[in-house]
Amino acid sequence: MRIHFKTSYEHDIRLFADWWSFFVYAALIVVAVALPWIMDEFYLGEVTNVLIWAIAGLGLMLLTGQTGQASLGHAAFLAVGCYANVIFMELGLPFLIAFPLAGIVTGIVGTIIAIPAIRMHGIYLAIATIALSILTDDLIVLLEPITNGVSGKFAPTITIFGIEIERWTTPDRFYWLVLAVTVLCTLAYRNLLRAPLGRAMAAVRDSEVSATAMGVHIARTKAASFGISCAITGLAGALMGFYAGAFNNETFSIVISITLLMMIVIGGLGSIHGAFFGAVVVAFLPQALSIAKDSIGGGSVAIPGLETGVFGLILILFIMFEPMGIYGRWMKIRIWFELFPFARKDMFKRQKSYLKTERLR
Amino acid sequence: MEVLQLLVSGLANGCVYGLIALGFVLIYKATEAVNFAQGDFMMLGAFVTLGLTNAQYMDLPFWVAAPMAIAIMAVLGYLLDFFVLRHLFGQSQTAVVILTIALGFVIRFIAGAIWGHEPQTLESPLAVGDLRVGGVVLGMADVAVIIVTVLLTLFLYQFFQRTKLGLAMQAASQNQMAAYFMGIPVRRVQGMIWGLSGAVAAVAGILFASKGAIDPNAGLLGIKAFAAAVIGGFGSLPGALAGGLIVGVIEPFAARYLAAGYSQIAPYALLLFVLVFRPHGLFSQVRTKKV
Repeated sequence: MRIHFKTSYEHDIRLFADWWSFFVYAALIVVAVALPWIMDEFYLGEVTNVLIWAIAGLGLMLLTGQTGQASLGHAAFLAVGCYANVIFMELGLPFLIAFPLAGIVTGIVGTIIAIPAIRMHGIYLAIATIALSILTDDLIVLLEPITNGVSGKFAPTITIFGIEIERWTTPDRFYWLVLAVTVLCTLAYRNLLRAPLGRAMAAVRDSEVSATAMGVHIARTKAASFGISCAITGLAGALMGFYAGAFNNETFSIVISITLLMMIVIGGLGSIHGAFFGAVVVAFLPQALSIAKDSIGGGSVAIPGLETGVFGLILILFIMFEPMGIYGRWMKIRIWFELFPFARKDMFKRQKSYLKTERLR
Repeated sequence: MEVLQLLVSGLANGCVYGLIALGFVLIYKATEAVNFAQGDFMMLGAFVTLGLTNAQYMDLPFWVAAPMAIAIMAVLGYLLDFFVLRHLFGQSQTAVVILTIALGFVIRFIAGAIWGHEPQTLESPLAVGDLRVGGVVLGMADVAVIIVTVLLTLFLYQFFQRTKLGLAMQAASQNQMAAYFMGIPVRRVQGMIWGLSGAVAAVAGILFASKGAIDPNAGLLGIKAFAAAVIGGFGSLPGALAGGLIVGVIEPFAARYLAAGYSQIAPYALLLFVLVFRPHGLFSQVRTKKV
């Protein structure tokens, strides 16, 4: 085990714990950049999909994992980001301006929605965001002059400094673009966690009463969390639009919202790694299922609901046996090896909380 | 007359929403968790009854099949708590929310695998004939829905107010640890409430299936029942029924008098409106915690 001997407060908030972990992540980025020369186009497309889901997961992770506000309506913000980006580009703005602008617009929309939402707690918030997700579908149809309603819109070709980027003709360039956005979002997220705002968010998640006592402005923290979370999600939505090529009111349905929340739970709530692990599961599950179906001779028989059914089952098993998700399990295994032979079973025992209601009767 | 007709059919629909909302409220009252799979429970209850009653499956008489289905769903609810939810004891509410959503997916898949995805109708004696009162036409199924819902709500309300078990259930949710110290078997009580809500879901399912065709996606109706439970305020049984009726009545009126795109969003818009201005429902039972 590597022992970190901390001699100053700076050591506590460094981006990387030590040189070793810096090299690990640097190596990871080198491999990721070199991927188009290693993989064929189909799998490169799948990896791009994983990265886009991971960005969306990071967005929701900030709100749910870091601030503790469960949102079942993040597909709405994916939609806002996607439509905003394409509309800006149709107005003639270059991608490099339209894309960040789409994120900012989504962030502003998220903050506006947060104003009533910060008064709600746990379940009420979840239900309100479900309603939001359902309303989005209908609102896109109602706003037909802007959104083209049911017939939908097509994503234009991206041009950055004369280089054309398109999902089908130049998958490698599109992959690098998504990778760059992923790295930037991850760095922003990681930096936020080191900043006072990130700590205030964690304090709100762990106990609102204690956070207030420590001088954290709850409403402002939650609103900021909503805004930043929605902005990141909006960026993911814009990329999703390019990835899908065409989209309409049904692209960003409530199922996407639910999948997104489930994804970060499977990955591991409250960790950056969790968003990526969860994205891998979500993106590769359909492929894995069809491979499994072929191998047992199921052939081309389509079983409706199989994907969501299996996904639900995996999720139930995770919540029952590994509430910390894939990242939690990975941490446990790693620490077991690092401490060998001193790891004890009760090292990760979670503290049980007893329930109390605020109702009168 | 047209207004009256809309009102009456809206009330009958609202009672089904109210019944599903009752299931939410029961579980919320006793465990402080929301069962997002309640709509799928209802769908499953309907399909179990259908599987027992319809000629192509078991072909039992309806009045034998209905109590059997209710009992089966009650046992399923209890077993679900015993094998799954009891493991979550001490985890956050969000974990239960996500778990029950996942459970809904699994139930939908299982029901689709057993009974197929085609809409089917229940051969129910409730579904025949209709009642005419001075120009207002009301199906017998609608009458049955309204009567059963009102009776069930009254029964459950009395159950929570008067009986020892009902009080124990409330105590178990208000303060788990104190309830333990008072000698209440909190885990078993929670199992019972899941069983009870399974039975209520089966009743809702039978009535819903008597009104029209069902398919595995009928459980998505549960989202409208959320609107009902929220408008009434979680934790209040009469509130759930009232919320269900409000949503049920608003729907046909919105469909009749509003433009096409706006009518289906009316219940959700109302839901958001209530959440924004009365975050704990119209029949609120919560005081804000002061620091």
